[in-house]
Amino acid sequence: MTQIIFYFFGAMLLLSATMVVVIKNPIHAALFLVLSFFSSAAVWLLLNAEFLAIVLVLVYVGAVMVLFLFVVMMLDINLTTLREGFARYFPLGIVIALSMAITMGLVVGSDYFATATYKQVSTTTTISNTELLGRAIYTDYLYQFEIAGAILLVAIIAAISLSMSKSKITKSIHPTEQVNVKKEDRLRVVKMKTENKEG
Amino acid sequence: MITLPEVLLLGTLLFCISVAGIFLNRKNVLILLMCIELMLLSVNINFIAFSHFLGDIHGQVFVFFILTVAAAESAIGLAILVVMFRNRDTINVGELDSMKG
Repeated sequence: MTQIIFYFFGAMLLLSATMVVVIKNPIHAALFLVLSFFSSAAVWLLLNAEFLAIVLVLVYVGAVMVLFLFVVMMLDINLTTLREGFARYFPLGIVIALSMAITMGLVVGSDYFATATYKQVSTTTTISNTELLGRAIYTDYLYQFEIAGAILLVAIIAAISLSMSKSKITKSIHPTEQVNVKKEDRLRVVKMKTENKEG
Repeated sequence: MITLPEVLLLGTLLFCISVAGIFLNRKNVLILLMCIELMLLSVNINFIAFSHFLGDIHGQVFVFFILTVAAAESAIGLAILVVMFRNRDTINVGELDSMKG
């Protein structure tokens, strides 16, 4: 039964990946990429990687793919010029993909490394996948985990500083101009008669 | 019961599809970024397959870090793409020749 589910989601993954590659509209490509992420999350669930499957759906489908969709919809791109060379490079792409698939398939599919003898390790232990992963990350991989956080921070700063526009709309303070301001620039003394309160 | 060669074959085919996609969509930066995401996904499938069949959690830790780096990469890549479109009004790779490289 698990094999049938694995084949179903594997076929869905490969089909949606093919659609990402060949489809004309980038929005449809992004949506098919979402489908391929979902089906690979299902495959990961079958392989007992529950935490990472949920993270894939939350982080990738929830954040990264929404970012992709935003960018695709924001840009006004000319599809016809971007598609030129597709038909010309189609045979080359097919040949390269097929030769790579045959080469890697011979390595993976052959029994030279005796990969077929690996049996599923029993997961009847009471400890859950999330707890196991958390113990590994927060003990053995603690420094790497902190570096990952630093990488994300750098990515945030880089993305913001790249995409922040230099136009007048951006609110920013120039300290040199602010220091050089004199009293006459900001303050206006008005001479006027005193007004009677009772009228 | 799933066996290890089946899962490895799935990752292999996914990687080949994304390589073909890079060849086919060589003008469109958006689809190129999507193909890179698919490549990283196929690598992750391999890691998780070995982690499952060897009973070792460390493969999943690597997948965690790959996901982190891939998220950062796509965020910066899309920011560069937006800046490029703002400056050049195109995302065609063939027209990015101002550096004469």
